[in-house]
Amino acid sequence: MNGIQYIEIPRTEILRYLGYGRHEADEQVHSLVEQCVQELKRTAQPRHIVREFPLQLKEDYEIDCTCLVTHSKNLWKNLADCDRILLFAATLGTEVDHLIERYNKIQMSKAVILQAASAAMLEEYCDQVNENIKREYLEKKLYLRPRFSPGYGDLPLECQVPFSQAMELNKRVGITLTDSLLMSPSKSVTAFIGVSSIQRECTTKGCEVCRKTNCAYRRG
Amino acid sequence: MTLLEALKSKRLFVDGGMGSLLQAAGLEPGELPETWNIKHPEVVTKIHRDYLEAGANILTTNTFGANSLKYGPEKEYDLAPVVEAAVANVKAAIAETGKQGYVALDLGPTGHLLKPMGDLEFEDAYCMFKQVVEIGAKAGADLVLIETMSDSYEVKAAVLAAKENCDLPVFATMIFNEKGKLLTGGDVSSTVAMLEGLRVDGLGINCGLGPVQMKGILEEILKTASAPVIVNPNAGLPRSEGGKTVYDIDADQFAQTMKEICLMGATVTGGCCGTTPEHIQKMVELCRDIPVSIPEKKDRTVISSYAQAVVIDRDPVIIGERINPTGKSKFKQALKDQNLEYILREGVTQQDNGAHVLDVNVGLPGIDEPSMMVRVIQELQSIIDLPLQIDTSNIEAMEQAMRIYNGKPLINSVNGKQEVMEAIFPLVARYGGVVVALALDEGGIPETAEGRIQVAKKIYAKAAEYGIDGKDIIIDGLCMTISSDNQGALTTLETLRRVRDELHGKTILGVSNISFGLPQREIVNATFFALAMQAGLNAAIINPNSEAMMRAYYSYRALANLDPQCSDYIDVYSGQVTTLGATTVKGGSGKHDAAAQGNMSLGESIERGLKERAHAAATEQLTDAGRDALDIINQDMIPALDHVGQGFEKGTIFLPQLLMSAEAAKAAFEVIKDHMAKSGQTQEKKGKIILATVKGDIHDIGKNIVKVLLENYSYDVIDLGKDVPPELIVRTAVEQQVPLVGLSALMTTTVPSMEETIRQLHVEAPWVKIMVGGAVLTPEYAKTILADQYCKDAMASVNYAEDVIVTKN
Repeated sequence: MNGIQYIEIPRTEILRYLGYGRHEADEQVHSLVEQCVQELKRTAQPRHIVREFPLQLKEDYEIDCTCLVTHSKNLWKNLADCDRILLFAATLGTEVDHLIERYNKIQMSKAVILQAASAAMLEEYCDQVNENIKREYLEKKLYLRPRFSPGYGDLPLECQVPFSQAMELNKRVGITLTDSLLMSPSKSVTAFIGVSSIQRECTTKGCEVCRKTNCAYRRG
Repeated sequence: MTLLEALKSKRLFVDGGMGSLLQAAGLEPGELPETWNIKHPEVVTKIHRDYLEAGANILTTNTFGANSLKYGPEKEYDLAPVVEAAVANVKAAIAETGKQGYVALDLGPTGHLLKPMGDLEFEDAYCMFKQVVEIGAKAGADLVLIETMSDSYEVKAAVLAAKENCDLPVFATMIFNEKGKLLTGGDVSSTVAMLEGLRVDGLGINCGLGPVQMKGILEEILKTASAPVIVNPNAGLPRSEGGKTVYDIDADQFAQTMKEICLMGATVTGGCCGTTPEHIQKMVELCRDIPVSIPEKKDRTVISSYAQAVVIDRDPVIIGERINPTGKSKFKQALKDQNLEYILREGVTQQDNGAHVLDVNVGLPGIDEPSMMVRVIQELQSIIDLPLQIDTSNIEAMEQAMRIYNGKPLINSVNGKQEVMEAIFPLVARYGGVVVALALDEGGIPETAEGRIQVAKKIYAKAAEYGIDGKDIIIDGLCMTISSDNQGALTTLETLRRVRDELHGKTILGVSNISFGLPQREIVNATFFALAMQAGLNAAIINPNSEAMMRAYYSYRALANLDPQCSDYIDVYSGQVTTLGATTVKGGSGKHDAAAQGNMSLGESIERGLKERAHAAATEQLTDAGRDALDIINQDMIPALDHVGQGFEKGTIFLPQLLMSAEAAKAAFEVIKDHMAKSGQTQEKKGKIILATVKGDIHDIGKNIVKVLLENYSYDVIDLGKDVPPELIVRTAVEQQVPLVGLSALMTTTVPSMEETIRQLHVEAPWVKIMVGGAVLTPEYAKTILADQYCKDAMASVNYAEDVIVTKN
């Protein structure tokens, strides 16, 4: 259905999320990580939705995506030269939350590893879907900008509300928002992806875009 | 003609999409569609009219998103006027066209996921639906149509709200994906079981898919459903064109496929997203003359959890009996201490060992059984996807548990006593469920099978008066121990056979009663279990952790041609090298734990995070070496934990190891605690600490890590959970005179509620020290919200607790 056959969950990413940095994990931890990865693969129900909208970049860093309007200098710059925008959302489903909750109650070591492994799995899934979309657009000589999520840089978390409404996230993929704008299922992502006819070799994405440079989990 | 009469006599058609037509008429992005009921009644009425002209006769009100989150006294529009106008608009259209139509009060999802995975309380969701139902029914709706639901728990709240607050027929339709799954994990069978248990008047599918993809789902529904089936697809699959959503099939194709759907056996058909009056008109033209079909009644005894259905039939169902305090001192203690972890572990172990259903009994003198039952059910259904058997003689506990249960439960039990039947059957009729019926009555337990059959017949008859079908009754033939009644087993077996052959009913037994008072009870239990299965037993309440019982189960299934190619039997036993031996408990961790590290010291096994070895080493130290319990804690365990903690702080040991060590230490502590309890010793706790994730925050993994470590350092942790209101934290701090509170917040959006909690604590409990942690916090941020201490990780919390509590003492 979503064209993604197999998601290989990168073990190095799991260990990075667990704070290992460049350190090696011992045999006990490795074996627990493998158990968690297997359980996660059986449980996760990855799915996504993507829709394209006309984009207008206006004064004062106003970003008009047709279905919603937001303000952000960081995203505005990311979208330079774009006249269309993709709204993208992906989730691993509530089953993963149930699985994490289970170990949260009875075995915390597995809960934290599952937490890390599911984050890595979601990221990998998003990358693969993103790559497929990129190829589709490339055929039309159009180029995608890196994914940019609400809460990155100065892009306000509040735009989750119109984003979720415009994309009908609840009924399409089962993502809901809490009053405090957390997503449930917790392993969910929303993002903007700019579309441009101008190629731009760039640019930072993911970890590197974040201003919190002293973060223990920072990549590299 | 009422709707329910019409439903059986002619084809009814639901209208199609509303949102996209309103957008075409000028509804702005972000504008609430229901406001148009008041702002532009002529536009909404025109759409209804077009659908009526097209041949639809069930017209849905424009109230999909009308709820108190979006409408109210403080908002632009109040709820009542919006819903009243919506009903009035449909009525106006009916009057203008002069056609017959039924007004369907439309209830869509709240947009929030229910607790525990989301932030909306079940009863709050219920109240939101109730408000709309009351207004809509009063305004003159003819039925309630609950639609586009993807969560079984939310749809249960909506159906109850409709059933309990008006007399109108209730339809409920859900979104399934192509694999036949709800977005929250349930499947067709579990959903149908729950909705029919709740006595909806029609059920089905809408949205999510086009008619072509829905055919497979419909086929599944028709296999299990007895209620009329509703199918309201989208106009195919969506794609985006210039910012607009368009659908991939036209009105003609839509109508053609809908004709096939009617011929397959759908009772009521209509449209959802992307469908227009044209789609409906063409569908009505093609389908109008197809005779209406209502699914035939199915004789399926089925229970469900949020995720799966369990059918009780020839293939015996294993009901795990371990969540029950009877005769278990540890379990009783866990209930008194509200130690849910112990209970949840019992659940997980039984699932790992092959249970299909879990019995839940928390009855103990001196505890508040209704609230404990509710808590245990809520916790179990958040981590285990098996259906549950609610086992209590406390009617209030039974009702509350049935209400918050996410699915169709097994209910234990009713019997032939008039008074009991009159208390239990109304609950079954209201909430749904399969009920275990003990073949006894005012006259006691009949000694003969004939006597028990007579009681069973009486129970079936009484149940029918409440509209409860025989399929939802399961007869407990009763097991009397053979040590006091030599005829006991034979009478029970005959009862089973006769219920199966003469009453065509289903049976259940608490198998292990048979051997009460005998030595080596498992020998008798297992043999009796095999005999009972052969006599027709459909469900057995047993200990699935007992190897003897599971051997009887797997071998019986293979022998009785219930296990094709003996594949389950081979799966379970092909790797097993030992022959008959002691009962083993499977599951849990650590195959490679056990083997190699035979001589490893307790300290080292904790440092290396080897749970089973730590458990064994603690036992050796206590029994073989005869050491004092406190010495073991202070000389072996605490130094090991300290060593790991220091490694974590230096960055040579990481979070998973820290926790694995903590879990190993915990396993050792359990051995030591048991030992101390037997000798009357107690271990002093250092002091009480409250831990909570603040209101609005539903992620509690960080808080739980802190809890594991603090408990290992002998603190008495009061865990208030997640999404905790400030008032509860303050009240607990005051009542329990707690010296230290730890608060966690993950998101910038929830830090304000942390700040508010701290403010209230300073006013009401000024002695309390407050430590805070969480992804978005920094030492500076912690200072500005007036916390006493920022803790960067779990070890930092332990260190601060030692400072505040131990140093002070």
